[in-house]
Amino acid sequence: MAPLPRNTVRDALSVSLTVGTYGVAFGAASVAAGFSVLQSCLFSLLTFTGASQFAAVGVVASGGVALSAVAAAAMLGTRNALYGITMSPLLRVRGVRRVVAAQLTIDESTGVALSQLPRGVEAVRVGFWLTGASVFLFWNVFTLLGAIGAKALGNPATWGLDAAVPAAFLGLLWPRLESNYLRGVAATSMVFAIAVTPWLPAGLPIIATALVAVAMGWRER
Amino acid sequence: MSATLLWTVLIATSALCFSLKLVGHYVPERWFALPRLQRINALIPIALLSALVVAQGLVLKTHVVIDHRLAGLAAALVALILKAPFPVVVVAAAVTSALVYHLH
Repeated sequence: MAPLPRNTVRDALSVSLTVGTYGVAFGAASVAAGFSVLQSCLFSLLTFTGASQFAAVGVVASGGVALSAVAAAAMLGTRNALYGITMSPLLRVRGVRRVVAAQLTIDESTGVALSQLPRGVEAVRVGFWLTGASVFLFWNVFTLLGAIGAKALGNPATWGLDAAVPAAFLGLLWPRLESNYLRGVAATSMVFAIAVTPWLPAGLPIIATALVAVAMGWRER
Repeated sequence: MSATLLWTVLIATSALCFSLKLVGHYVPERWFALPRLQRINALIPIALLSALVVAQGLVLKTHVVIDHRLAGLAAALVALILKAPFPVVVVAAAVTSALVYHLH
């Protein structure tokens, strides 16, 4: 095997360490929602896709029913399917390695991998596997730390944990608002979610907001 | 939520999210070629994350409530506008919210 392209390794590791630390916020949010430390860690090992995990525990924390929590997580998970479609022909792996590749197919591994395209397909593969594997490692370690930490802190409001969770969502949302149109989608979604809150059972407004995406994405702009 | 339901959420979420990842790697590309589906899918994270900000920051059960969490959220917004890294955003929100909570 050729030596690893240094720039690719640097890109992969800097991204992994940064997003890995978000795991602290997830571990804390999960425990604050009522999940145990073990359950929080299993989320990060088995689900391993940040926004979906945050959504599932977020809906539970806001008093939503189990079905709403799972549906919100699954809707956010659909983009990983689209990433897989892009990554599969580039990775060209079979059998167990393909299943492992699927589990590691998330925003960051796909993002770093595709950003390596100008450096060639080998750099794409290194970028994908290295980012996927190291995000997996950091995400899980930091989830454990966050979960243990939150368990030790107790009442979420005492330490501001109940505000840290929506702030984490805002932090995940912010970099996606790349145009005025997308900021419009976000603003519309927030207004919609507030408007339907008194009329729907807890947790359901989050799922219902997918209608805003359907309405605004229906026609070509 | 009961312990059984929490386990159900964990297992169902993990199974569905992993299945979606597998689908991407095993299903022929043309199945997802519909432009409308792709446009909507690109907006889903923005819509849901926006709703989650509101649901977690402004809602208790089925009521819109203004409390210490909104102060924390405002601090997070300021941090983001100042291009602060993610951990700073979250900590700024937590500290501000906790301060307002204890002052009341």
